[in-house]
Amino acid sequence: MTIWVSLAYLVAAVLFILGLIELSSPKSARRGNQIAAVGMVIALGATIPLLHFTTAGIVITIVGLVIGVPIGAIGARQVKMTAIPQMVALFNGVGGGAAAVVAVSELLLKGSHPAFAVAFPSVFSIVIGSVSFAGSLIAFSKLQALLTGTPITYPGQQIVNGVLALAIVALAIYLIAVASTPVIFVPLLILGLVLGVAFVLPIGGADMPVVISMLNAFTGLAVAASGFVLGNFALIVAGTLVGASGTLLTRLMSDAMGRSLGNVLFGAFGTVTAGPASATSAEGKSVRTGTPEDIGTLLAYSRKVIIVPGYGLAVAQGQHAVKELADELEKRGVEVEYAIHPVAGRMPGHMNVLLAEANVPYEQLKEMDQINDEFKSTDVALVVGANDVVNPAAENSPGSPIYGMPILNADQAKNIVFMKRSMRPGFAGIDNELLYDPKTVMLFGDAKDSLMKLVAAVKAA
Amino acid sequence: MTDTSLLNEFTVFVLAIFIGFEVISKVPTILHTPLMSGTNAIHGIILVGAILIAATASDPLQIVLGLVAVILATINVVGGFVVTDRMLEMFKGRQPAKPAPTTPPEKTAG
Repeated sequence: MTIWVSLAYLVAAVLFILGLIELSSPKSARRGNQIAAVGMVIALGATIPLLHFTTAGIVITIVGLVIGVPIGAIGARQVKMTAIPQMVALFNGVGGGAAAVVAVSELLLKGSHPAFAVAFPSVFSIVIGSVSFAGSLIAFSKLQALLTGTPITYPGQQIVNGVLALAIVALAIYLIAVASTPVIFVPLLILGLVLGVAFVLPIGGADMPVVISMLNAFTGLAVAASGFVLGNFALIVAGTLVGASGTLLTRLMSDAMGRSLGNVLFGAFGTVTAGPASATSAEGKSVRTGTPEDIGTLLAYSRKVIIVPGYGLAVAQGQHAVKELADELEKRGVEVEYAIHPVAGRMPGHMNVLLAEANVPYEQLKEMDQINDEFKSTDVALVVGANDVVNPAAENSPGSPIYGMPILNADQAKNIVFMKRSMRPGFAGIDNELLYDPKTVMLFGDAKDSLMKLVAAVKAA
Repeated sequence: MTDTSLLNEFTVFVLAIFIGFEVISKVPTILHTPLMSGTNAIHGIILVGAILIAATASDPLQIVLGLVAVILATINVVGGFVVTDRMLEMFKGRQPAKPAPTTPPEKTAG
């Protein structure tokens, strides 16, 4: 490798770091992503011209690019904003798969008795890469509703997963220390795939973002390991950056849900549909339903309205309708703000993306800590397609699975309007006592339809 | 010789861990999803590795592995950057004069 390639990799690494720094602020985030993309182009541009391609090599490189570029670009362009989390999972999974394949190929080239410095990172990359690949596909399937979002569990599951993990470790040690031929990587690859599936199946759909973030960090580490195998600094630096920042991001996400990472991964969260919380609230209580006209009038004559958007809003594609309602209210002098729970939508920050799509200025989007004290002085908390993030059970019902998760204090508002499709519990599968609160009015129906009716009602009021 | 290069690689690895932790410690929640997506694109650097192994492929198994690696890695890197850009394109501040808000905004993502 010439000195110029090394220097180009250094420039690429610096651009990745600068890109990540710029990604930390809303104003510069887009530029940050573009800076990282420039780094990627530089790393690729420095690598390719100096390679001694075989004829087959040049053909498969071009064919691979010709197949991969449109899939990636069209997939990313066409995906609905509501489906972003599973798309990220998919892109992450293929990256993990690529890292594993690269390690397999390089291990084969080295022949029998590879040196420890090659064998160890190869094995690491194969295992972690295949876990990430299979796990990401399961995460995708759950969020895309190809598989049920509720945890899939069976007796002794943790033991089976533990045995699987142990088998992988034993096989890996054998491969590194004893094996003379690299064919033994095949069972290792298969076991990695099985573990990826087995490990994500028992995790509920609501926790998928945390899992995707963790698998993202895994892929980063697998890429770094492949970098060790190939002796390539660009892979080592970029992969490690992602591994480290992804690990931290995973912690931040589970913190936002008020739960430990261990609880997310092994708690089979969301199976308890008839827990102690529902026993105290569901039976024999009735809800109050309102007409769009009543609620429209209530909103029109309020001083301050806080909108609490949830995934139901996004599913109904109601972002534009909610913006229209907010504009209509602001025209009448009503103060409107949006309260964004850290895990609103399907992953932290997802709701901001969805509302930004509808041109809601991000200054109006208030994070939980900023706005929670304002509910007391709010006339109406308008909960659109959200549920768990305003469930008081998180604060006062120690038996509830979401106990300890920070929530938005919508219950402190003078009036609460719940817009829901049905009485069905939220994504976490837990009943919400706030629905039965005397201050609460329900407006059933598709979020977008209901919002349009409210806009008409506010205009008429 | 091999030992020094391994040590160099390891040094870079350890330093990159610290930088990775340091650069993202101050990210607001609203950027968590774009950040995850952005880092996801960065590990698309595996495309460099995929092309390295594809370049020298000669026997059928290596050709298959090389092709698979290049396809997967390309999807990762292209999809990752494009989808992140699409998300961030929508983060705009409040415009100085708010245009007529009742019409649904035109789709900015192509």
